[in-house]
Amino acid sequence: MLEAIGVGSLQEIFDRQIPAGVRLGRALDLPDGLPEQDVYEHLRALAARNTSTEDELSFLGAGMYDHYVPALIDMLMERSEFLTPYTPYQPEISQGGLQVMFEYQTAISELTALPVSNASVYEGPSAVAAAGYLAKLHNGASRIVVSAGLHPHSIETLRTNAHGYGMELVEVGLRDGVTDAEAWAQAIDADTSAAIFAQPNFYGAVEDAAALGAAAKAAGTPVVVAQIDPITLGVLKAPGECGVDVAVGEGQSLGNRLDFGGPSFGLFAAREEYLRRMPGRIAGETTDVDGRRGFVLTLQTREQHIRREKATSNICTAQALNALAGVVYLSWLGRRGIVELGELLLARTHYARETLAAIDGVEKLHAQPVIREFALRLDADLDVEAIRRHCASEGVNPGVDLYALTGREADRGGLLVAITERRTRADIDRLAATLGRAIDLAAQGSSAQATVAA
Amino acid sequence: MSPIDENRLHSDPGIDGHAQSRNGRAPEPERGPRAPAPGATPQQRDRARTIFQKGAPGRRAFQCAGSEVPDVDADTLLPAALRRGEPPRLPELSEPEIVRHYVGLSKRNFDLDSGFYPLGSCTMKHNPRLHERTAALPGHARLHPLQDPERAQGALELMWRLQGALGEVAGLPHVSLQPSAGSHGELAGVLLSRAYHEDRGESRRKVLTPDTAHGTNPATVTMAGMEVVKLATNADGGVDIEDLRAKADEDVACLMLTNPNTLGLFDPNIAEIAEIVHGVGATLYYDGANLNAVMGLSRPGDMGFDIVHFNLHKSFTQPHGGGGPGSGPIAVSERIAPYLPVPVLVRGQDGAFDLDHEPDGAGSRSIGRLRGFQGNYGCFVRAYSYICSLGGDGLKDASEIAVLNANYLLARLREPGIAEHLPLPYGELCMHEFVLSGGPMKRALEIKTLDLAKRLLDFGFHPPTVYFPLLVEEALMVEPTETETKETLDSFAEAIAAILAEAAEDPEIARAAPYTTPVRRLDEVAAAKRPVIRETLVGA
Repeated sequence: MLEAIGVGSLQEIFDRQIPAGVRLGRALDLPDGLPEQDVYEHLRALAARNTSTEDELSFLGAGMYDHYVPALIDMLMERSEFLTPYTPYQPEISQGGLQVMFEYQTAISELTALPVSNASVYEGPSAVAAAGYLAKLHNGASRIVVSAGLHPHSIETLRTNAHGYGMELVEVGLRDGVTDAEAWAQAIDADTSAAIFAQPNFYGAVEDAAALGAAAKAAGTPVVVAQIDPITLGVLKAPGECGVDVAVGEGQSLGNRLDFGGPSFGLFAAREEYLRRMPGRIAGETTDVDGRRGFVLTLQTREQHIRREKATSNICTAQALNALAGVVYLSWLGRRGIVELGELLLARTHYARETLAAIDGVEKLHAQPVIREFALRLDADLDVEAIRRHCASEGVNPGVDLYALTGREADRGGLLVAITERRTRADIDRLAATLGRAIDLAAQGSSAQATVAA
Repeated sequence: MSPIDENRLHSDPGIDGHAQSRNGRAPEPERGPRAPAPGATPQQRDRARTIFQKGAPGRRAFQCAGSEVPDVDADTLLPAALRRGEPPRLPELSEPEIVRHYVGLSKRNFDLDSGFYPLGSCTMKHNPRLHERTAALPGHARLHPLQDPERAQGALELMWRLQGALGEVAGLPHVSLQPSAGSHGELAGVLLSRAYHEDRGESRRKVLTPDTAHGTNPATVTMAGMEVVKLATNADGGVDIEDLRAKADEDVACLMLTNPNTLGLFDPNIAEIAEIVHGVGATLYYDGANLNAVMGLSRPGDMGFDIVHFNLHKSFTQPHGGGGPGSGPIAVSERIAPYLPVPVLVRGQDGAFDLDHEPDGAGSRSIGRLRGFQGNYGCFVRAYSYICSLGGDGLKDASEIAVLNANYLLARLREPGIAEHLPLPYGELCMHEFVLSGGPMKRALEIKTLDLAKRLLDFGFHPPTVYFPLLVEEALMVEPTETETKETLDSFAEAIAAILAEAAEDPEIARAAPYTTPVRRLDEVAAAKRPVIRETLVGA
């Protein structure tokens, strides 16, 4: 090969191209390579130091959920033909991937009752930030009104991005667990570019989305954005029926594993008028020279590789494989299944909230309807972390410490509990018993301390 | 050389044959084609039917468990006003139908495991299957992102080790794994640069990008609220130093550079470029898309870069997934470190790992979050597995072989019969990729780069990146990667030679290609003019 190239050595190729001053000139300071079986053992040992949802009874949620992932998804995602190609730049040999995108877009459009969907963005919070950018491109106004019911990671991500693209954030607080309707309407004016709420919200409450949508449109002309969880849309009123212009959300609940936070996918759907400002890939239908139906990447004049600094987004690689898992999951769930699953989640979550709120020292943080998650408040003298540690010692993870995640004073003592279809009634009863014992112990501990102090 | 080899798309084993070419001169492979029976078409050429057009009402795969809890009035659970009226019209199929549908679709895809995929700038190297296994270990795959750090020590240690390894490869010690892909890493980088200047009381607004830059660079600059200033390319394919001197002023925040650049050339003036950029107080950003050329050989930090992004789906083998997931960690120098995204991974004196959400407390200068949780951890597991397998020397070997392969293929394509049609407009040698111009081919043989690319599909190859970078006429950007054999590179060169020879006789063959793919050339103009981007469904 060297002879064909016309060099005397491999080194010569580098010597002739890389100036001596910027050559490394030493070995990388990294361990030696290992045989496959040793790498496996090392990665297995690291995995063993993590407590996964297989190792404990977990009620963690707050953005990612331990839903069941059917086996056929593993099988399809591991197929080389889906796993190893890249973006379908050559449509003639990428019809499988392009049709998956087209089907995914159809499924998301159906779920959200919005006519257009792209083929995925990175994940939930950055999808919210992308919606903010779309609003800026659409109307040029300078403020984003955002409900405090959004996931704190979404608000933080939006803030980071909005600082970049030059927009100001106005946060609207909650009342009784949902967006304060009066404050929401007051915050929105002619200079509001986007008005964003979450459905269900971060605290598990189902918002009156139609009322928020109508109020936003009455107060100004913002792009109304809903951050949704697609798995709830079998039973919750669809964003498209609630005056929502753009629906974004985390797609993990649809057949994606937890993976300590990613990769999953972000969904992005909108009304027709936003189509040419959408970020990301979009697959469209067409025909080939023989008249056969086919699919291509379309409306690419929105995208960075064509439009460069005038692109509607910088996104290139998105989450195609994860979106595949999403559409396979929705096909597996089916038209009836998504309603049945939603009803199951409603019933079990309601039961869990009533059962836990009946424990001494525990009350509901709000009384709004809940579908897959709810917030509790523990008595002020209870240390949430100590209680969570006790539960963990019994093999139960009771949920997320709200204050630790949000830093909001109102969230002190808060516990956010997620109920997926994998948590049975027996699991919920076990959580109640464990939490009750933990609270008793903590109460004894604090009274003992009080005695000592006295 | 057979135009159809084992790299071809799957055809239905039950129905053999490949379509005739338009001019009746079907490609003549050694082991076929067996002429299709009259009226028969390969399964892969069946009319595309979406999953929404299959199944029947009432069919299902999912079986829902009973709720097991006391019945509660539906309105109590969820008031009617908040409920959906009609269920979404999702497909209704049994599991075997779903499996058959998607397996069928998969057979209409070309993929890296089936054949050579020299897509320039995308680093389509082999994805070791070990990584799928390690990423699927329940301790990784089923770990909740909000698990208490003390019970996620394995994951945090993995991230710590990966950060260390990436920092060593980059020559920049401070790493954040958070960005979701390369372009997301770019956004992080530009925001970091902006935060750095703002913290010094400077409101610099210009970002310099060469005209050879990836489209993500200028698009990112706009999203970060900055202004793109284009830099010219000199006769050797590098940054035009005079143009840089003229444009580098106190209003420049950053220069975004890929090195080796998108022409596959290492800029020999990199030290001088860094000096000019730093001289006006600006930062230097390294687009890591081409890092596969220099691992263990030359480090961006040593070249003078302040900020680097990595594409774990390129140099570090995360499978491309048909367009993601990717992962775009960043590494930065000391002066940029205070602005890194939160949370920051820290290690306590007891050796335990934790996530610090407020690195400097209330005085935090972090740009904030770029996404939820800690980033695409599943990609970290794969990248880390790769680094463990190769080690430091192995990474260097990978880059060396990537460059060797690119230069060998370039040499094969500079042989007579090819070189006069597809000359190399810049450079003599190349790094991990090279860019040819199809201009002479277009004039002499009357086929365009697009035609050559489409004809390559019939030969079982994924074409190179085409029409990029923009400054090369009819560009053809070839990146073979280190995981291809000499035989594969030879067969690709022979295919190019065969197509050019064929075009000299009859250019129409290439112009009407491809012939053997599930569909032939598609009408992209019509698709964009009247976009149909979802299936039409009938019935409520």
